[in-house]
Amino acid sequence: MSSTFLGMPAAPPRSPYGTGNLRGEQKFPEAAHGELRNEQLRRNLGKATHTIRAKRLAVTGELPDWERLRDAGSAIKTDTMNRLPELLEELERRVTERGGTVHWARDGAEANEIVTRLVKATGSEEVIKVKSMATQEIGLNEHLEAEGIRPHETDLAELIVQLAHDRPSHILVPAIHRNRDEIRRIFLKEIPGVDPRLDSVPAHLAAAARAYLREKFMTTKVALSGANFGIAETGTLSVVESEGNGRMCLTMPETLISVMGIEKVLPRFADLEVFLQLLPRSSTGERMNPYTSMWTGVTPGDGPQEFHLVLLDNGRTAALADKVGREALNCIRCSACLNVCPVYERTGGHSYGSTYPGPIGAVLTPQLAGMHAAKDDPNSSLPYASSLCGACFDACPVKIDIPSLLVELRHQNTEESGATAEKTAMKAAASLMKRPKLYTKAQKASRAGRLLAGKDGKLSHLPPPFNGWSATRDVSEPPKQTFREWFASQEGQAELRAAAPQDDEGEESR
Amino acid sequence: MTEHAHGAGESASARETVLGRVRDALALAEAPRVEVPRDYRTGRTLPDDDLVGLLTDRLLDYKAEVRTCTADRTAETVAEALRAHGARRVGVPPGLDPGWLADFDGEVEADSAEVPAPRLGELDGVVTASAVACAETGTLFLDGTPRQGRRALTLVPDLHVCVVDRSTVEVGVPEAVARLVPERPTTLISGPSATSDIELERVEGVHGPRTLVVLIRTDV
Repeated sequence: MSSTFLGMPAAPPRSPYGTGNLRGEQKFPEAAHGELRNEQLRRNLGKATHTIRAKRLAVTGELPDWERLRDAGSAIKTDTMNRLPELLEELERRVTERGGTVHWARDGAEANEIVTRLVKATGSEEVIKVKSMATQEIGLNEHLEAEGIRPHETDLAELIVQLAHDRPSHILVPAIHRNRDEIRRIFLKEIPGVDPRLDSVPAHLAAAARAYLREKFMTTKVALSGANFGIAETGTLSVVESEGNGRMCLTMPETLISVMGIEKVLPRFADLEVFLQLLPRSSTGERMNPYTSMWTGVTPGDGPQEFHLVLLDNGRTAALADKVGREALNCIRCSACLNVCPVYERTGGHSYGSTYPGPIGAVLTPQLAGMHAAKDDPNSSLPYASSLCGACFDACPVKIDIPSLLVELRHQNTEESGATAEKTAMKAAASLMKRPKLYTKAQKASRAGRLLAGKDGKLSHLPPPFNGWSATRDVSEPPKQTFREWFASQEGQAELRAAAPQDDEGEESR
Repeated sequence: MTEHAHGAGESASARETVLGRVRDALALAEAPRVEVPRDYRTGRTLPDDDLVGLLTDRLLDYKAEVRTCTADRTAETVAEALRAHGARRVGVPPGLDPGWLADFDGEVEADSAEVPAPRLGELDGVVTASAVACAETGTLFLDGTPRQGRRALTLVPDLHVCVVDRSTVEVGVPEAVARLVPERPTTLISGPSATSDIELERVEGVHGPRTLVVLIRTDV
């Protein structure tokens, strides 16, 4: 039944390189460089992040026990990770008892194969989909299309992204980088039979999507979803949403297949009393999202009569094996950290190259897929996509210490990356600083830099190996006098005497 | 059924591998046991008037329509609500008290599992009871029992008239969750469906019922 423990534990593997959507093509600074020029994106993002931020603060401020709920949420998730094997087995047992079938997937490719096989077994050539981060992460849509199965995204924003052959840019509002006129043009081009007089009023665009999708909801026999929570104690799965597309997918088809990351399990049904307060208020800034569905296996006469749950690893166990990094697994995908992040607000989600953008993405993505520092992996730039201001930590409903995780990942990246120019320079500086005479000489020599400085007293280009550092920074010209020279001088001593506390001086002089 | 009903032959080894990895991970990075602090607010109560007032306020805030009545005026109030929204053909779950529709002069159809779900789209609206309500968040909980019907019934038609009895209203989320039966298919409803996906502009009514009328019976 359970695997026997055989000697030394092995480090679990990351999500395999080159699969799924956990890695961009460019490093963060290069990707951000392009995105920062997109004024539409910056305007939309600015409006969205500020609006949601204000709503979140209003509804979290309403609850006098908000901090106690955060403490409880954080502890429940930590406890869950500690007991993951037993909880997963319990979840599997309960789902199975209630008529569901549980599958296990070591990585995204395996999950994709399982889902494809299950869909093919139904004979259906299309599926309807509830917005799901896990299926986005593993690139399920791309895989299904390659296998001749048409996935229809049913969340309005995901539909916009899918019809535009685009990528999501925000966890909660994936099409936030598009404006209404663009969306109108996308609908006119991509929705069969849409009224050519469609204008760009959001309510009319939503109505066009409703009409298009209603037919899919009524006729498609298979639905795919993710899961916000999976309750070990009862085998209950839950999806939280706003539009009703989730309810449609979870209710109307004959077969439901849900892909859930193994970290989404919760021990007890009663734990929902915490997370159903934390999640909506942190995510959309609502007291409660319009619709939450809960189902346990199969219910005769109500909803899909065939239910499959695919439990996904894909690097989660690798994250769990990292004492510091495992905290990233506590994430409930609310996106509050995105909305408060000064970096995300300007660069948008695409710069991160991963399904998971923003502060949590910058820690979760390298945890799941690795940084392969030596291979010049774009993911190795993610821990640096932050000013470490800490706003994300304050906003996180389960108190993930994202700044500390970022610093730890920076450390790991430096350790892994072997000999770099930065490392060599730091080593050289260290050996210099250990030798006072040599250090003094070096300081004097650096005065030559004054000749290179511009009129504003700034050096904008340093010679190699420091040119990388100065590519995005100006350096002040070296001073005429070093601190040590000043300290030893008459002038320095006089200033120090003058700055000494007056009272003491008075007493001493008596 | 086997003890672990994974798909035919496929994932026996994947299961063992993933569980083995989880155990390895926990052995490599041993974490101290944590006690979950549960000192957040639970077991709250409010006087009846305050409770109904809070629920009403929150429902209105989420753009639901609220009507209040006493039990003896249920049929009258249900009929008023249906008439106000021009509903002529109305579905009801099989276990709903037929008396609730006694004053309604339109067509009433009792739902059953045999009715194909897409046909529910032909109804103008649906009248159901509810299992629990949460005042603080303006949330109604439906759990699929005969007075509430299967999930499709309250999803496909465009108008949902939902009757909430005072005795089922709880103050907050913990109190409401405690009254649920986990194994029942449960739907939490807070206002009509909505989206803010286009430039963050809120649009009410996407795929679920575009109109939600909540009828609070203050003496039940």
